[in-house]
Amino acid sequence: MSQTRNPTPARTPVRGPAPRPAHSGHARLARGLGWFSIGLGLAELLAPRALCRAIGMEGRETLVQAYGVREVATGIAILASHDPTPWIWGRVGGDALDLATLATGFEHDNPRIGGLTLATAAVVGVTVADVVCAQGLAADKRLPPPGRYDYADRSGFPRPVREMRGKASDFAVPRDFRIPDPLRPWTTTDAAARPAASPA
Amino acid sequence: MKALVWHGTADIRCESVPDPRIEDGRDAIIKVTACAICGSDLHLYDHFMPGMKSGDIMGHEAMGEVVEVGRDNASLKVGDRVVVPFTITCGQCDQCRRGNFSVCERSNRNRKLAETAFGHTTAGLFGYTHLTGGYPGGQAEYLRVPFADATHIKVPQGLSDETLLFLSDIFPTGWQGAVQCDIQPEDTVAIWGCGPVGQMAIRSAILLGARRVIAIDRVPERLAMARAGGAETIDFSQDNVVSRLNDMTDGRGPEKCIDSVGLEAHATGSLDAMYDRVKQAMMLETDRAHVLREMIYVCRPAGVLSVPGVYGGLLDKIPFGALMNKGLTLRTGQTHVNRWSADLLRRIEEGQIDPSFVITHTVGLEDGPAMYRTFRDKQDGCIKVVIKP
Repeated sequence: MSQTRNPTPARTPVRGPAPRPAHSGHARLARGLGWFSIGLGLAELLAPRALCRAIGMEGRETLVQAYGVREVATGIAILASHDPTPWIWGRVGGDALDLATLATGFEHDNPRIGGLTLATAAVVGVTVADVVCAQGLAADKRLPPPGRYDYADRSGFPRPVREMRGKASDFAVPRDFRIPDPLRPWTTTDAAARPAASPA
Repeated sequence: MKALVWHGTADIRCESVPDPRIEDGRDAIIKVTACAICGSDLHLYDHFMPGMKSGDIMGHEAMGEVVEVGRDNASLKVGDRVVVPFTITCGQCDQCRRGNFSVCERSNRNRKLAETAFGHTTAGLFGYTHLTGGYPGGQAEYLRVPFADATHIKVPQGLSDETLLFLSDIFPTGWQGAVQCDIQPEDTVAIWGCGPVGQMAIRSAILLGARRVIAIDRVPERLAMARAGGAETIDFSQDNVVSRLNDMTDGRGPEKCIDSVGLEAHATGSLDAMYDRVKQAMMLETDRAHVLREMIYVCRPAGVLSVPGVYGGLLDKIPFGALMNKGLTLRTGQTHVNRWSADLLRRIEEGQIDPSFVITHTVGLEDGPAMYRTFRDKQDGCIKVVIKP
């Protein structure tokens, strides 16, 4: 790129690590988890009976649908938020809830114990991914700020700011841009020139 | 000629397009010597503003040399050096005669569209959707300026393009944002957004005598530049803006608030920001109103809200009860550039301010598309991009 420095103040690189990329690996993982959450949530909402049957927990369809609502809401929040960290931690909480619910299905008479074990292992795996993601996002925030350039010398003024304050006081604010006189603070107007306030 | 051409969301290309030609006697053709990418161009880049068509030429901050003049244009001659205001103004309608140039009644050639969207037409704008005329923009080698006898700022030869270019938009926009506040010496002015317009608003508030200026952003370079201009700063990714502003003003709130952000407000972790994101994604609202909500909530009662930030359509969950009950004054509007240009040019010439401080990148036209992304993503310390065609 044939980029040149502008002729006015040079950009001063700040010493330190390179900036982290706008879309770090953890941010990408968070987006993946967001989409996963929406997908799983929709499955729980739309096919609760099939899911419950697969893990031998018939009769929990309403609970599974409620979990589906939670998953979809969390997924949207992850995708929509600038900082998904709290929502990823929210997923970790949800994972714990899922695991606790699955644990109640481990009974000797469950005919689908294999499916239940598989589902539990999957949730454990996703929980690990959630924890790694949440911790990684938190660590990213602890990295040095992404700025590489120091613009502390770019005031735009020829003199120190304290000397420039009010330099444009010769500017007469046009009448149509002024605060209407009745709305001005009493302290900035000539109270004596005002009509006396009527008693309430 | 070469120009930066819009083709869709995040799709701007440097392409060959037909040279502009005189279409009306009041026109002029400008050989563009410098132009810039504006923050409001990003609303088009991200396709949040309706009314763009594939093939539209981008750009509304441009300056250059007059190379051709229409037969009815007695104000300009070939060789004149001009800055081109982003608002196209006829100079003759009732609004122009009142100085309300950004709502010129004649320059929008698609006035029916504007009337449908806004109730009344507003001025034609360069490179800024067909709602505002669909005029080709200035990120190009040449620019046709309609109503050029009124739509220009003649500038002297002795100053650089970089120093003068921002008379086209961001300097008068920041200035008008501050002027709308009618700043008093005891005022604390809070300014949301430390992009180019925010930076100009900070300097304008200082020049106009504000006791304190508090600037709000989350990008370290922008906050550093804001501090250089005399502002105290709040990093909204670290602090709750409303709480912090109240703390800094002994619970009273700032007397004057300026929204230099507009419709693409970013916020971290707030419920209303999430709500806006979801509604925007579902096309149930067009603009994100987080900054407006904060301003209304934190502004000192009887204070003033000034909105130079661009909004395009529909906003949701505006706390209008707070606005009304606190007796706040709300001032808005696209910038009446020509209203301030002579005064601001004088201040530049006298050395009160050099607006070129905000430039961080200078590139050729062919690198323009990449710089849109760099600017949008706030990478590489990017605050303001100047393009030299």
